[in-house]
Parts: sequence; C-alpha cells; structure tokens
Amino acid sequence: MNKIWIIAKRELDTFFNSLMAYITIVLFLGFSGLFTWLYGSDIFMVGEASLETFFQIAYWTLFIFIPALTMRLIAEEKRSGTLELLLTKPVNDWQVVVGKFLSTLLLIFIALLLTLPYYITVANIGNVDHGAVITGYLGLLLMSAAYIGIGIFASSIASNQIVGFLVALFIGIFFHIVFGFLASNFTGGFGEVLHYLSMQTHFESITRGVIDTKDLIYFLSIIFLGLVATEGVLSKRHHTD
Amino acid sequence: MNIHVENYTKMFGPQTAVDNISFKVNTGEVLGFLGPNGAGKTTTMQTLTSFLSPTGGNIKVGQYSVLENPEEVTKHIGYLPENNPLYKEMGVIDYLFFVASIYGIPKEKRSERVREMVKTTGLEKEKHKKIGELSKGYQQRVGLAQALIHDPEVLILDEPTTGLDPNQIVEIRELIKKIGKEKTVILSSHILAEVEATCDRILIINDGKIVADGTAGELQKRAQNKEFLKVTIEGGDTNEIYQKLQEIDSVEMVDFAGKQDENAFEVQSKPDMTSKKKIFDMCVSQNWYLTELTPVETKLEDIFQELTMN
Repeated sequence: MNKIWIIAKRELDTFFNSLMAYITIVLFLGFSGLFTWLYGSDIFMVGEASLETFFQIAYWTLFIFIPALTMRLIAEEKRSGTLELLLTKPVNDWQVVVGKFLSTLLLIFIALLLTLPYYITVANIGNVDHGAVITGYLGLLLMSAAYIGIGIFASSIASNQIVGFLVALFIGIFFHIVFGFLASNFTGGFGEVLHYLSMQTHFESITRGVIDTKDLIYFLSIIFLGLVATEGVLSKRHHTD
Repeated sequence: MNIHVENYTKMFGPQTAVDNISFKVNTGEVLGFLGPNGAGKTTTMQTLTSFLSPTGGNIKVGQYSVLENPEEVTKHIGYLPENNPLYKEMGVIDYLFFVASIYGIPKEKRSERVREMVKTTGLEKEKHKKIGELSKGYQQRVGLAQALIHDPEVLILDEPTTGLDPNQIVEIRELIKKIGKEKTVILSSHILAEVEATCDRILIINDGKIVADGTAGELQKRAQNKEFLKVTIEGGDTNEIYQKLQEIDSVEMVDFAGKQDENAFEVQSKPDMTSKKKIFDMCVSQNWYLTELTPVETKLEDIFQELTMN
C-alpha cells in the first residue's frame, strides 16, 4: 500500500510540476462553469435549483480530458526508459499500475472539489436535492475512474502519448456513445446487453439519486478490467516462450 | 554477495539473445562485460535485475533467485540502465528522495542518505536544479546516486560512461573503482581501455555465448603465443632488409610499418619461437645496425576483434 502511495504521489507531483494539472483544472472549471451558469440551457434558463446541467457538462468534459491526462502515464515512461528503471526497484507491476491510476483519480477528485462553490451557490438559490448532488458527484468519480482504467491501458499499449490519447478516446467513445446509440436500434437480449454496456445508462441512474449495485458493478468491472489488462501488458516482458 | 548465472538462456520469440551461459561473480569483484552491439549484454543485465525473466536456467543474487524472489533481488541491486533514464522534470533532491522511499529506507534516515549520495557523487553544486537542466555528466552522477542510495551489495552498470567527456570518464571510473572495493560490480562497456582500467575480470560475449573469461593479463597471454616484434634497421636497402628478414627460419611474416623510407618492419615469429637473437646476428653479419627492437603486446582490442569477428 505504501509503495502504491509513493508512486501515486510522484505522479501527482509530475502533474502539478508540468502545468498539466493546472491547465486541466482551469479548462474543466471554465467549461463546466460556462455551460452551467452562462451559456445554452444553463441553470437560469432551466429555472430550477439543480446541478443536473453541471453533471451533464462534466460528463462530457471529463470524457475528453481524462485521455489527455492518462496518455503519458505509461507510454512516456516506456519511451524514455524510466519504466525499466522503476520496475527494477522493489515494486511490482501492480503497485505501479494502481499508483498511476490513483494519481489521476486524485487529480480528478481535486478538480471536482473545486466545483463545490457551484453547489453552495445553487443551494443558496433554492431547494436542492442534496442526495442527488452527492450521488451525482459519486457518479462523476466512478465514471472518471472507469475512463482512467481505459486510458491507462491505452497508454500501456501505445508507443507514444498521442497514440495513447487516441486509443483511449477510441475505446471510450464506444462506452460513451456507440453502445447507447446501437441499443436504441436493437431489441431483445442484444439490445439489453448494449444498453447495459452504455455509460449513459448507469450515469443517469446514479445522478438521479439511486445507487444500484448493478451500476456499481458496471463501473468497478471496467476499472478492474482496465487495470488487469494494463498489468498484463506490463508483465508480458516476463513471458518465457 | 555472489552472483551465480546458471545455464541462463533468453529467447525473444524465435530469436536467441543469450544462449546457455554460466558464470560466477564473487563479492568485491569488478567484472567487465564486453561484447559487440547486440551480443546480449543488456539482456543479461536486465535479467539480473529481474526486469526480464530467463527462458531457461537461473540467476541467483546471493541466495535469492530472479525466478522465485525477484523483489528480494531488486532490494540488493543498484542498477544504472543503458542511456541513464531519469525523470527529467523532477528536481535532483526530490528524485533521490523518491528513490529512497521506493527502496523502503526509513523516513528518518532518508535525508541523511540523500545528503551522503549528493556528496559521494559530487552533486553538491547542482542539487537544486531539475534533472533535465543538468549536463550529461551530472545526469550520470544522478543515475549513479539513485543506484547507490540504498547501499546495495551488487551494482550493475550498463555502459556507465557513454557520452561523457574524458575528464568525466576518469572521475566516474575512479568512483566505480572506489565503490567496487566492497561491492560486487558488473559493468558493461564497448570501451576496452575502460574495462582494462576498472575491472578485475573480463567476460567477453558474442552472439549470446561466452567467448572469453579471465583477467586482462590472462586474456593477453592466451592470445599471445606468437612473438610480435617491431624492428627498425638502418644502413641498408629497404627491400634487401625485408628479404633477409623473411629468410630467417623462425620468422613467419614480415610487414612494412611506418612511412615508406623508414626501414621499420613488423616481424611475427612462428608459434613458440623467438627471432630476437637471429635478427641481431643478421644485422651484424650484414653490417647493418638496429635502432629499434621492441616486443609488441597484443592489445585487448586485438583479442576482442579476434574473438568477436566471424
């Protein structure tokens, strides 16, 4: 556990040292703030004291930003050779993968914490469904974690950062749009499977204020699969055939 | 801590990178690992540090095997990989603290260890910079500092002096020699002079196989069963001298050495024979005079080339 934290902390330092963290946070707050308060179907337009608009915007901005954060995690270390150095220290592949995963999740957590003033403001305007806000944030975190899992895997199979970004976005877009879109075109069992695979299904149900095990299992299994696959890619070097 | 390499084989798909090699390195020994590019040096070092797993055989560092206890192995090894990869965006001190914590050095001892490493590797003046801002030589010192921070018993250095200027090379070599007194060191290099200057023993590998193993002196002796002389004779016609030299019965080969009008020759004798006296006698009988008669020692370069050129 300790080793995981050491690795996560170093990654987080890198995010903040390279301005990557600040740029992401500023952009994220800018986008979500703009659309929540000022532009399009914002809160005043809807005329309701709810953060639903914000959650929908964040749902999209995080989908784009997360691959930009995860793209370098492994691809860059592979390119520069530091991965070899790191893996010859007394750490195992799991600790490296989980540490890197946690660092990015923490950064997203910080970004979401900074949107709390939105919540406080809205709560002052009218009656907010506090439960729905809490589960909405939880939904954003879980969704982010799922895309970080996908992103870190994409980074592990990519030869450079740009490829890492594009692969993550490519895999992500299936969960984000394609499955949901296809689900509406198919009926029966296949349609239901596609419906279950769609991120939107689970995100909506959780932002409505319901924490269902079905949704939790969905998010956790994407995270799990992403991390297992990444570990698999890293440990491939040990294959002896 | 001893290192035992037993029947180690490494394949990458159908390609054999290292083919069934065995050797032992004892505590306090500095082993020079020589070989042309692609001979399997780096692969062997990566397996020693348990980054890769052997396809066949086993490698043991002390009592720990890279197959069964890879994490124990890494705790006892300090490793400087080829091209010295570092987190360039990190500060020197931050980086050393990170490595110290990864090695599980207790919190209260970390700053002391980091300070010590900065001193030993001469990073005092540069310690507040980011690694990427340092010159290559100083980056190399950071690489050495991170490899030594947990006071490992085994040190593995993959081409530690590439890209350094001559002064830096001398300094790094001195450092390795100093460290090598109490640790087991394996060092790979293309630079033969470096291996000769720093290593107690030399291992030459080619095409994944060990082709020579011994001290620099032993390797020289082995390659030098033929006498090789540099001879300069004055007072006669060049071609005539050449002719007469070739007529000596113990001489196998004569070659011109040096510029055209200098009567300098390289004389190689037949195996286990000497031609010194006969050359001298020849000069006396012809009324020529010798200005040079020097035995030429086989250089490590020649041995290396002979063993690794197919």
